[in-house]
Amino acid sequence: MLLEVQGLTKHFGGVAAVRDVGFEVSEGTIFALIGPNGAGKTTVFNLITGILRPDSGFIHFLGKPLDGLKPHQVSAAGITRTFQNLQLFNGMTVLENVMTGAYLNGKTGFVRSLLRMPGINAEDKLISKQALTLLSEVGLESVADIPAAALPFGQQRLLEIARSLASGPRLILLDEPAAGLNSAETKTLAIFLKKLKQNGLSMVLVEHDMETVMEVADRILVLNFGEGISEGTPAEIQADPEVIRAYLGEDDQIA
Amino acid sequence: MWSKSLLWPAVILLFLALPFVIDSNYYLSILIVIGLYTIIVQGLGILMGYAGQVSFGHAGFFGLGGYTVAILTTRFDWSPVFALIAAVILPGLIAAIIGRPTLKLRELYLALGTMGFGILIHTLFNEGRELTGGPSGISGIPYLSIGGLSFDSDIKFFYLVWAVVLLVLIGINNLIRSRVGRALRAISESEHAAETAGIDTGKLKLKAFIFSALLAGLAGGLYAFYITFISPSPFGFHTSVQFVLMAVVGGLGTFLGPLLGAALVVLLGELLRWVIPLVIPGAGGEYEIIFFGLILVFLMIFRPKGLGAFGKNLKPPAVKPSVAPE
Ligand SMILES: Nc1ncnc2c1ncn2[C@@H]1O[C@H](COP(=O)(O)OP(=O)(O)OP(=O)(O)O)[C@@H](O)[C@H]1O
Ligand SMILES: [Mg+2]
Repeated sequence: MLLEVQGLTKHFGGVAAVRDVGFEVSEGTIFALIGPNGAGKTTVFNLITGILRPDSGFIHFLGKPLDGLKPHQVSAAGITRTFQNLQLFNGMTVLENVMTGAYLNGKTGFVRSLLRMPGINAEDKLISKQALTLLSEVGLESVADIPAAALPFGQQRLLEIARSLASGPRLILLDEPAAGLNSAETKTLAIFLKKLKQNGLSMVLVEHDMETVMEVADRILVLNFGEGISEGTPAEIQADPEVIRAYLGEDDQIA
Repeated sequence: MWSKSLLWPAVILLFLALPFVIDSNYYLSILIVIGLYTIIVQGLGILMGYAGQVSFGHAGFFGLGGYTVAILTTRFDWSPVFALIAAVILPGLIAAIIGRPTLKLRELYLALGTMGFGILIHTLFNEGRELTGGPSGISGIPYLSIGGLSFDSDIKFFYLVWAVVLLVLIGINNLIRSRVGRALRAISESEHAAETAGIDTGKLKLKAFIFSALLAGLAGGLYAFYITFISPSPFGFHTSVQFVLMAVVGGLGTFLGPLLGAALVVLLGELLRWVIPLVIPGAGGEYEIIFFGLILVFLMIFRPKGLGAFGKNLKPPAVKPSVAPE
């Protein structure tokens, strides 16, 4: 099993944002985490990536516990993510954003950088070439040299995904990648995610756009008020009355 | 193309010719002091503009460098070159030790923590009489000599200091454009995203802190060889504040910011010391500070990103929230 989460619990003050949540993600699959606003989806991501510490529960990745790892160590272990409220390096170019995402693939240190020791340019060229390849896969090659902040919103979302892919992770956590995209962009995104899956990448997808979720996900876990209320294939989830109840009054409808 | 590629060599050549044009030791000494401060602010600029950390204790590292040279050359007969090397290394070591706990602090607490360190060091200079000579300091520091070349005149020292400034400028330019530079810029943009990219932000901030301490130590060591006398007074809290001011006024994350900031603050200080008694007879130092403050406030209103923020920025200054992302 690639990722195993068991009994994950996190309180903020008296409120349980995540309570006794468990799920498993197998290699090469897309696992979707859905639920109404405030259900605890982003908190689960923050717990997995070490930004927040769980009150209790286990997270195992490739059989090893992630307990106590700092976010950068979680990345080094092979899990990267995108953010619901984009966290791009706005002052950097599109290309530099992806090159920074590939930080783990380089090894030039502080002193060698200061002195511009031989070998640095070669390493940088290689990383920039790989970054450009990645950018062309998401269709951002032509804007590689403009500042990330100058991109339209939809392309910023794509850039964040490209950046999260740059270090070659085993698993990526996508927090509402389709939010703010128009329907054409959303379709392209779904195709891209399926292509990544074909290439062997595993994903946990948090997404409100049910059409996309139902199309790409292999399994789905529904969270409501921090608790898992239903888990299964897209067909099973769509047929579950409990899920429909949880979503009543929400804007998002199960497709 | 032509005018652009010739501009910088021309400016540098003109600058190098300065000592032959100005035959006053006063002006030369001001240029040397600006150079020394530029070295410190270059390091502080990396810490503040990229790693997003402030230090109100860098006069402490500056002083440590100066006292290391003074003590090792006068009390232990070290050769000047080795004393200078020690003046660079010792502040770096101390930064490595205090950096770990200190850099965990955030914003105001980090400012207070580094300020406390600066004040502690300054107090040690004053109180550690056997070693530091107390308030009256240490005199008789020899000239710096490197392989038979003795820096025994202001002109020679001018060239030495500005050569160091140039080297540091080149080094920082290399750094910012490298993998590590991208990581530093990433930290100042979004710490969470930087960590997600696999950057050990804590460690990199510590490295930036150590780097800035090494440079402050280097400037301190050079200062001691230049003045050949050292006492606690130039290394107090107000000097630390001035360094931060220079970094901010010059423009964080800009290439020439440290130089412009150091030059402006030093020149303004000299100018006010000269002008104010003419305007307000019998006025003391407190008026200088008031005018100083006023001018800086105006500057920050009209050039909020600092003097160096023209043309191509290396990156915009650091602003970073530290809560868990949505
Ligand atoms: N750092 C925090 N401090 C305090 N409360 C928090 C924090 N992060 C999240 N919460 C609370 O925890 C609950 C779950 O929030 P979370 O962001 O995980 O929801 P979500 O499922 O991602 O919602 P959305 O679909 O709106 O993004 C919410 O009630 C939220 O207010
Ligand atoms: Mg969320």
